Amino acid sequence: MSATSTTILNLPDQTTAAIPKKNYISSEHGLLSWLLTGDHKRIAMLYLISITFFFFIGGAFAGLIRLELLTPQPDLVASDTYNKFFTMHGIIMVFLFLVPSVPATLGNFLIPIMLGARDLAFPKINLLSWYLYLAGGTLTLAALVLGGVDTGWTFTTPLSTHYLNTHVVTTASAIFVAGFSSIFTGLNFIVTIHRMRCPGMTWFRMPLFVWSHYAASILMVLGTPVLAISLTLVGLERLVGIGVFDPTKGGDPLLFQHLFWFYSHPAVYIMILPGMGVISEVVSTFSRKRVFGYTAVAFSSVAIALFGFFVWEHHMFIMGVSNYSALVFSLLSMLVAVPSAIKIFNWSFTLQKGSITFETPMLYAFGFMGLFTIGGLTGIFLAALGMDIQLTETYFIVAHFHFVMVGGMLMAFLSGVHFWWPKMTGRMYPESLSKLAAVVTFIGFILTFMPQFIVGYLGMPRRYHAYPPEYQVLNVLSTAGATVLGVGYMLPILYLAWSLKYGAIAGNNPWQATGLEWQIQSPPLTENFTEIPVMDHEAYDYEWLEHKTQNEVTTVG
Amino acid sequence: MDNSIVTTEPLMPRETAVHEEHEHVFIPQHRHHFETEEQQREAGSFGMWLFLLTEIMFFGGLFFAYLLYRNWYYDAFVPASNFLSVTLGGTNTAILITSGFFMALAVWAAEVRKKQFLVIALILTTLFGLAFISIKYVEWHDEWVHRHVPGASFDISEFVSPKAHGITDQKPISPDMAEHCQIFFFLYFAMTGMHALHMIIGIGLLVWLILRAQRGDFSAGYVAPIENFGLYWHFVDIVWLFLFPLLYLINRHPLK
Amino acid sequence: MGISEVLWQYLVKWLTNSALFPREASTIAPYMDALYFFLIGVTVVGLVLVLLLIGGFSFRYRKAVHPVAEQIEGSTLLEAIWTIIPLGIFLVTFVWGALLYFRIYTPPVNSMNIYIVGKQWMWKAEHPGGQHEINELHVPIGQPIQLTMISQDVFHSYSLPEFRVKREVIPGRYTTVWFQATTPGTYHLFCTQYCGTDHSKMVGEITAMLPEDYKKWTELSTSGMSLAQNGERIFASMGCNACHTGNASNRAPSLAGLYGSKVQMANGSIQLADAAYIRDVILNPSQHVPAGYAPIMPTYKGQISEDGLIALVEYLKQLNTNYRIQQTQTTSVSDQAAPTTPGMVKP
Repeated sequence: MSATSTTILNLPDQTTAAIPKKNYISSEHGLLSWLLTGDHKRIAMLYLISITFFFFIGGAFAGLIRLELLTPQPDLVASDTYNKFFTMHGIIMVFLFLVPSVPATLGNFLIPIMLGARDLAFPKINLLSWYLYLAGGTLTLAALVLGGVDTGWTFTTPLSTHYLNTHVVTTASAIFVAGFSSIFTGLNFIVTIHRMRCPGMTWFRMPLFVWSHYAASILMVLGTPVLAISLTLVGLERLVGIGVFDPTKGGDPLLFQHLFWFYSHPAVYIMILPGMGVISEVVSTFSRKRVFGYTAVAFSSVAIALFGFFVWEHHMFIMGVSNYSALVFSLLSMLVAVPSAIKIFNWSFTLQKGSITFETPMLYAFGFMGLFTIGGLTGIFLAALGMDIQLTETYFIVAHFHFVMVGGMLMAFLSGVHFWWPKMTGRMYPESLSKLAAVVTFIGFILTFMPQFIVGYLGMPRRYHAYPPEYQVLNVLSTAGATVLGVGYMLPILYLAWSLKYGAIAGNNPWQATGLEWQIQSPPLTENFTEIPVMDHEAYDYEWLEHKTQNEVTTVG
Repeated sequence: MDNSIVTTEPLMPRETAVHEEHEHVFIPQHRHHFETEEQQREAGSFGMWLFLLTEIMFFGGLFFAYLLYRNWYYDAFVPASNFLSVTLGGTNTAILITSGFFMALAVWAAEVRKKQFLVIALILTTLFGLAFISIKYVEWHDEWVHRHVPGASFDISEFVSPKAHGITDQKPISPDMAEHCQIFFFLYFAMTGMHALHMIIGIGLLVWLILRAQRGDFSAGYVAPIENFGLYWHFVDIVWLFLFPLLYLINRHPLK
Repeated sequence: MGISEVLWQYLVKWLTNSALFPREASTIAPYMDALYFFLIGVTVVGLVLVLLLIGGFSFRYRKAVHPVAEQIEGSTLLEAIWTIIPLGIFLVTFVWGALLYFRIYTPPVNSMNIYIVGKQWMWKAEHPGGQHEINELHVPIGQPIQLTMISQDVFHSYSLPEFRVKREVIPGRYTTVWFQATTPGTYHLFCTQYCGTDHSKMVGEITAMLPEDYKKWTELSTSGMSLAQNGERIFASMGCNACHTGNASNRAPSLAGLYGSKVQMANGSIQLADAAYIRDVILNPSQHVPAGYAPIMPTYKGQISEDGLIALVEYLKQLNTNYRIQQTQTTSVSDQAAPTTPGMVKP
């Protein structure tokens, strides 16, 4: 059979197969059963719907930005409107999409199952964090509807505190509230990972997906409150008008930069680490091999989390900080790049001597590895002190950030969604259409953001509504790419929705993967396991899986 | 790789496990998704500690701002701090420690299942907490009267010419430095306000706990809420133990 | 099609003008570009390596030809290699980048100083000769130029991409950057820090000229009064000369020769009297009381604009003798005591 040689997909006989009658979706009915649920899987689905909603709002703003930048003249909208566009794009994408994307959906759904637990440690707090997320999202939309906000997502003082007359306080409280949603998610994960592992599930038997979420959770719990307090101070400064950040009253505007970036730099690791966890799972499954150097990959996640807290000043190299502190932070920024390099090479060598197939999740994972390599290495440009002078605050930064966050994180998210879609819904997505979407996304992405590196080195500043005409060619390329990218993102929405009803029945383990989540029915039962499993093998143990399958065959036969 | 901690307990359905090993502590508050009571209790208190870590980072931002400006504007922070009442602050410190003491008693009472004692200890905790808030209110009111509340009505004249206001034990400072007293008072209000907000939330939770204790919820071995709330309440105490010396006492030691 | 024609023009312009890299117009630019090419090289090599690994393994071990995977734990040697080699490259980059950074942010001593004041949404430049420019800057080539910059309102950032320099312009403190132009021409000036509504209109042109052309330009655009002369005028009109007379018996210290000296403060510390120090003393005098003097100087916060402060700094920079101060003292304001509240002085 040639079909078996190019795919590992193993679906049950479609004529007889059916979705299990009893599962977490069918267990209860009605809207209230969803809105008041404590089930981590249902909450994950709620999150999936809401972050997708916000992703498309944020994406619409990105489209408007690119449309405006098609021509050098400020001809589509007024300057203030444009400023509101990129502010909203940034705030929605960072705080309402990227931060919760993988952890709150896939992490929420999978971590308890991967650990062999019935639920997260605090189901009610889990639900609360979704409501906090919604409240944050609603406040953001309220700020948008009431007239928008134009601070940029970085809220630079004193611009945000004294010079703008838009809905800064509303937006700041939105982020404050959404921040607590992220704190509670992180807290729930840490407690669950520490206390809810099933018998035999030692730390070094946990899937790497769990390790990377553990690292990200530490950052959420320790970093987010600092963002909360700095935004509180911004709000108080606007309301009371007395200045911890106001230079005319003796305050220090750089203090805000320090506090803000103390969170917002670790925040990029909050965003990327869970994505790295997805890649570990996907690369292992589709090369039928344990992850090369499990310990190194696990510890590199923790190392990123720890170093990630001590590099924030690299956002301020040109802001007149002391040259010597800049030296220290540049060095630390170089060091934090090393664990990422380790991960990339470990994933590459996981392929070695494997038995590789190229289903959609794997294509996205390859996309991640290529784009993240570029994103990571261009980060070295910015960590190098002298180079940063030319590149910072230009489109080079924009391109770098999007390579890591969109090329990296969004690819990882889509990879994970496709990979676990059969587990979450019990049905397969259409394979060839999704491969097309993966390729379209990749091409669109490269076309959108590659030109921005060049235009950045040429000197085009970011957040510019109008620009000198000689930059137009590159901007047109970028806008064209964004169109392709938009198509690439619309496709999954359509076919994934289609697959909910018409997709092939997936069965328990369509990918023949080793994770605990694949050993239970799809979609899983409300409390995941009929009896708590005992972990008696390492993660990614394909020999164990083979024995297990053989045993099943013999018992059945 | 370290695999030595492999537990090879036999696989056992949950119901059997609970009945065989933990029957003696089976309580209605046991949440379904936890394997054992022990696990539930440990998870709860671990979660609380993590939450307190979050709180430390939250207050940490304010402490950081305080340290920066104290360093920059020490000459303004000293007279501003001297306007705070050490007597009221000290009384409040004592009150808060007493409140914490009763909270500790409450935790003990819950553990030994003395219902009446628990209720009384919780009520005393609440009362001392309310006393703290009341005294804090008096202090804030004083500062309002003296126009030390930051904002448009902030007035530096007491710092510039203390004698004219009948204050004899203060040296005058120049107007440009006195402007920075406003930063001190902003941080003072932000920090004590944030602390008081935590107190008020705590008192709200205390009332709820008292009602539940009265109902007998914690009289049968289920003490996790009391213990975890105790952690929170002690944390709020400890924050004050940092705020009091930083805000009230920075110039009370002999400098020279 | 009209649009495509326009696009074609821009394409030609872009390719002939600055295709992939901006022009190199300062002495620092080749150094910056060298590091840039090195890093591009590193990126390309790294990317090709990863792509070769992924592509090669995918081809060699695809399921069709390699149906059974061989399980491998890992390899300490390989992992050590790909930890140490990237670390080495990153450390080289670190040292290289740091050297470049120190070079860009450490002006040579003989540089010519020009002051920049940023405000929403324009750049004001003040030449020592008293020439003012808005959203423009004329500089001679072949001479190091130091920019001393400050913002009147929010954060801005002074970016000269063809010169490969940029620095944040911050309210309340001076920042500096320097460059030496090499090729005459007109180059971009951008504000790169988002600063509100017309952020993208806070752009201008920097014109590098031959020294003789620059000399002509300064003569043509002079305002009749040098920056230091303007400072002297402010010094008199704000009544500074009432106290800072230079008389040993007076209650305020002499300011002649102050600039660049080390000042012994009342609280025991020693401070270097640079531009930032002078500005801060005028605005927050009680934080900088020199040893032997009472803290009686009033603050001038809100009474002098940033431009005025720059003029005063420039004035004090070249004040070597108190002769002229004492002259004005005896002729005009001798009977006046310490200043009352002087009005806002616009230079």
